[in-house]
Amino acid sequence: MGDTMIEVQGLAKRFGDVQAVGGVDFGVEQGELFGFLGPNGAGKTTTINMLTGLARPDTGTIRIAGIDCSRNPKAAQHLMGVVPDESNLYPELTGLGNLTFCGALYGMARRDREVRARDLLDQFGLAEAADRKFAGYSKGMKRKLTIAAGIIHAPPILFLDEPTTGIDVASARQIRQMIADLNGGGTTIFLTTHYIEEAERLCRRIAFIVRGRIVCIDSVDGLMLQTQGRHVVLFTVSRNTDGLCEEIAAEFPALQCQAVPGGSIRVESSEPVRVGPLVRLLEDRGAEVSEARKMQPSLEDVFVRVTGIEAGTMKQEKAKMGGGK
Amino acid sequence: MNALTAYWSILAKDMRSYYLKPPNISWGIVFPLAWTTMFFIRSGSGLESIPNLLPGVMAVSVLFGTTSMLAVTVTFEKKGRSFERLLLAPIPLELLMLAKTTGAILFGIANAFVPVLMAAFLTDLSGVNWATLVPAVVLIAVSSTFLGLFIAVSVKEVFEAQTFSNFFRFPMIFLCGLFFPVEQLPVWLRPLSYVLPLTYGADVLHGSIHRPPHMPLLLDFGLLLAFCAALFVVSLRNIRRKWIL
Repeated sequence: MGDTMIEVQGLAKRFGDVQAVGGVDFGVEQGELFGFLGPNGAGKTTTINMLTGLARPDTGTIRIAGIDCSRNPKAAQHLMGVVPDESNLYPELTGLGNLTFCGALYGMARRDREVRARDLLDQFGLAEAADRKFAGYSKGMKRKLTIAAGIIHAPPILFLDEPTTGIDVASARQIRQMIADLNGGGTTIFLTTHYIEEAERLCRRIAFIVRGRIVCIDSVDGLMLQTQGRHVVLFTVSRNTDGLCEEIAAEFPALQCQAVPGGSIRVESSEPVRVGPLVRLLEDRGAEVSEARKMQPSLEDVFVRVTGIEAGTMKQEKAKMGGGK
Repeated sequence: MNALTAYWSILAKDMRSYYLKPPNISWGIVFPLAWTTMFFIRSGSGLESIPNLLPGVMAVSVLFGTTSMLAVTVTFEKKGRSFERLLLAPIPLELLMLAKTTGAILFGIANAFVPVLMAAFLTDLSGVNWATLVPAVVLIAVSSTFLGLFIAVSVKEVFEAQTFSNFFRFPMIFLCGLFFPVEQLPVWLRPLSYVLPLTYGADVLHGSIHRPPHMPLLLDFGLLLAFCAALFVVSLRNIRRKWIL
């Protein structure tokens, strides 16, 4: 940790009537893995596009490694690696061809980029597919090669936009390990995700962004302090959960209740939750309780509390996008 | 040096991925051949008419070859998002777009010389002024490519690019003096001819092959250069405005 690698002040962007990003401020230190967490449409990709030069801010300043990029986004592009939310490599080129081409875009000499490309293909477990066309890769392989292309020139700063969205569990796990290893090697990483557990697992600091505004920014430990003294129980019920939360709230006003997609009800309180009366109430309403599980409060609870967005909304988005969790 | 590495790699990738593919090579040969045959048969005259037809066929080959390719190399890549990778590279936008268009320029120049090669077997080309013909072909290829770039940047879909290209290409063929002298056009249409870059290219081609040019060569070349510069600058401005939102 030390110098500020990304410094943003008053960054704003509007598309027509939509304020995509509404004046955000944050800084990312050298060697930090910084998470930008929010639901779809929160402004994560627009922010990344402004930081990397793919979008022009309406207002605000951006400094990358001390270089003012607000007016000239090209000024610091040699310091950045960018992995977009969708793989954008060339389908007609092979894995090796894509990596060496991307190396050439950063001015790497032929020999250097070939050695580095082979090395990355090995590291990412893609050596056997090196000579296969990118179009024939699986989603997970495409994602891994896109990350490899983002770091072919060994950039000190890496922007990762939703790196594990839409891929299988095993590939997502491998990619998270790669991200941790890169950060361990000193790369500053700016990660956007709508997977709360992913951000919790990987990031040192997290900003919650909702409707273009940062509503909270803190270290993971700092955010988790907010869950101290909170008690959570998850009830799995036999019927749909319609109206059950309202019933619980009416009967037990001290409890915060939330329906979770998949037939569960999440109950949170500052006092230990008494399971018996709740089970009786639910069963009186025709919902047989098959399980009542005490949960460890998580970053998701902090997110729900701070943003007011139900965790279920994020989970539905995750399911819609075929998330690999 | 770094920027040149990037320039060369983009050009080499485009040549391999697009221009040197068998369908494009065959297009580059078949298209000029078809135009030559069509106009030769239509003229109803003998081999002596070839020098009259050659400038038109060369220019049409360049125009169609270059504008068609830009729809693929730029519009298609933009739609597939791989163009973003180029925009993220630390190279000036001007150099990036020159790299993306150089392939089309070379393709256009090669297309232009297919009919010349065929004509060389059928007629005497010893009177051709190569010193003016070659630079004219290059400038026609550059201006047509930049027109293709302007079109490619203005649309979102490949088919839109092809349709929009025809909006420029077909009127241009008939108004620029390739097949009918501009002087034979109705008076009210003539001003339109003089705002088309191909009018000046066609004048140099005719002047180099079979008759004196109607305008001073310096004016023809100067205006062709001006069209090239204007189309490139406008296209760059549109890329900055529309693609770097």
